[in-house]
Amino acid sequence: MTNSNIIELVNISKSFDGDLVLGSVNLSIRDGEFITLLGPSGCGKTTMLRIIGGFLFPDTGRVMFDGKDITRLPPYQRQLNTVFQKYALFPFLNVYENVAFGLRIKKMPEEKIRARVSEMLELVNLPGFEKRGVTALSGGQQQRVAIARALAADPDVLLLDEPLGALDLKLRKAMQIELKRIQQQADITFVYVTHDQEEALTMSDTVVVMNKGNIQQIGTPESVYNEPINAFVADFIGESNQLEGIMREDYLVEFNGRRYRCVDRGFAKNEPIEVVIRPEDLTICPPEQGNISGIVQTCVFMGQNYAIEVLQDDYLWTVHSIYHAAPGSPIHLYLEPDAIHIMKEFDNDDAYPDDPEEELLAGAEEEEL
Amino acid sequence: MRGARKAAYPYAVYAFTFFTAPLLLILFYSLTRRGPGGVAFTLDHFARFFDFSNPQYMKVLWNSFRIAFYATALCLLLGFPAAYVLANLRPRWRNFFSMLFILPMWMNFLLRTYAWMALLETNGIVNTLLQKIGLPALQLMYTERAVVLGMVYNFLPFMILPIYNMLIKLDNSLLEAADDLGAAPWQTFVRVTLPLTRPAIFSGINMVFMPSVTTFVISRLLGGTSTPLIGDLIEKQFKLVDDKGFGSAMAVIIMVFILAFVALNGRNEGEEMVF
Repeated sequence: MTNSNIIELVNISKSFDGDLVLGSVNLSIRDGEFITLLGPSGCGKTTMLRIIGGFLFPDTGRVMFDGKDITRLPPYQRQLNTVFQKYALFPFLNVYENVAFGLRIKKMPEEKIRARVSEMLELVNLPGFEKRGVTALSGGQQQRVAIARALAADPDVLLLDEPLGALDLKLRKAMQIELKRIQQQADITFVYVTHDQEEALTMSDTVVVMNKGNIQQIGTPESVYNEPINAFVADFIGESNQLEGIMREDYLVEFNGRRYRCVDRGFAKNEPIEVVIRPEDLTICPPEQGNISGIVQTCVFMGQNYAIEVLQDDYLWTVHSIYHAAPGSPIHLYLEPDAIHIMKEFDNDDAYPDDPEEELLAGAEEEEL
Repeated sequence: MRGARKAAYPYAVYAFTFFTAPLLLILFYSLTRRGPGGVAFTLDHFARFFDFSNPQYMKVLWNSFRIAFYATALCLLLGFPAAYVLANLRPRWRNFFSMLFILPMWMNFLLRTYAWMALLETNGIVNTLLQKIGLPALQLMYTERAVVLGMVYNFLPFMILPIYNMLIKLDNSLLEAADDLGAAPWQTFVRVTLPLTRPAIFSGINMVFMPSVTTFVISRLLGGTSTPLIGDLIEKQFKLVDDKGFGSAMAVIIMVFILAFVALNGRNEGEEMVF
């Protein structure tokens, strides 16, 4: 990764039939980084990727590539390739011809094509698959062929549109690691679109969190997870307890009727704020050390830990712990001052759809665009 | 599943009665002769057709294929661009225009062909117009060209429809993928659109070629005696000469040729690559 920018989006906006999908977005993508556009369905991430790819032209703004304005260039004249959501492999060509497609357009001599194709299939772990028909391959294999095909033309940037969406959980996990390896090995820039926050955190150098056509936060996975800039980011990335609170004074916050020391300052006295606390930042402790106490409501084994729900007054805390807690019993929790994340009030209504069906519908709409 | 299979029985009976049985009957007629001693096996009908000292029947067969080939080629040349333009229209216009293409088919086939006669006659509409603007009248009717025109006019929708249906179902992401991989629009067309529509092209070719080879109405009405086709010949054997044996033999021969053509075409359809 270098510090020079390979792609710059300047004031990009786009609407479809009067609906603003992207509102004046600015983004710099550094050469060689793995950058992820993360957000709920309909947030504009796919539109942004398609604008970079050249499949859509923005209403306003410019797309700069390596210092040149490519805003109006059609896809086939751009030095970047795309891995499509549903792979888009050519069903009438075998694996070899699919991967060779771009090279044939470039009129590369046959022996060079042969070498390049086998190099690419090696890279995606499909050596010897040249003669196979693509329709007979499994989803994961088709995905790999799609990646090999996109990389064969040696692009400077690879765009990936939710490429793992159609794979099952286990395969998806394996492909996440694989993709990261391929990106490092090929040493090119990956621009990755997903709604899966875990995927984003696993692979990215930079995460761009988007909502409603705007960028909410740009940062490393650690920084967007640990220091979410607003309640939307906190809510979307990882699980969290969210409460309304009041900043009584610098370093002193009140929520759920109690006052806690914290590490934030610079708010107005008695300013209403939002508090975000990660479930894993609440530790079970002996009664005398606790600063939150309540009654265990449920305790569910999640594999790596237990998800425990604790009722304190009216608020139901979510706690992640490696220890089991019996429902109905009292429990004491310790919360460190620097685990209390305080952010300005933020309109979080319908920030993203919780209803999976609604999400599906929104996703289908986005594909149409 | 078993219930579904039973539901097919009525069709099986129907198909046997009206397709299989007549076919067997034709085969029987083509291989037999009714003589004084009753019915006897013979290959005479076929020998008469393939008589190289007098190849008049083979010439008609050859003409039928040649003219059907012209008609099919013209239908493809006209039909593919039409289907392509149609498929790329906005959905509302697309439905409107595709209906216009099908509209003539709502009219009776004979009526449509008679309409062409009215247009092409010596004192028909086309010639009247030509003379009005001071050009000489043309011999349009009763020519091979008129027959080809009639075939193209009548069978063009059979070429357009399968191609159009394939084109509107075309996966847009495949075209985008080609674009993305560096293919200019014409390269995308040649390397992706054409291979994807190939099965539809071949089924269009079948749908136009087969009725063109066997038609006798079009050649009779528009071609007169200038272009006898194999269909005319067969019809004549049954209705004029009353030689069921020879008529059946010709029907069998044309069937074998068409089967060979379809099989050849089908093999193309199944192949993996073209270009």
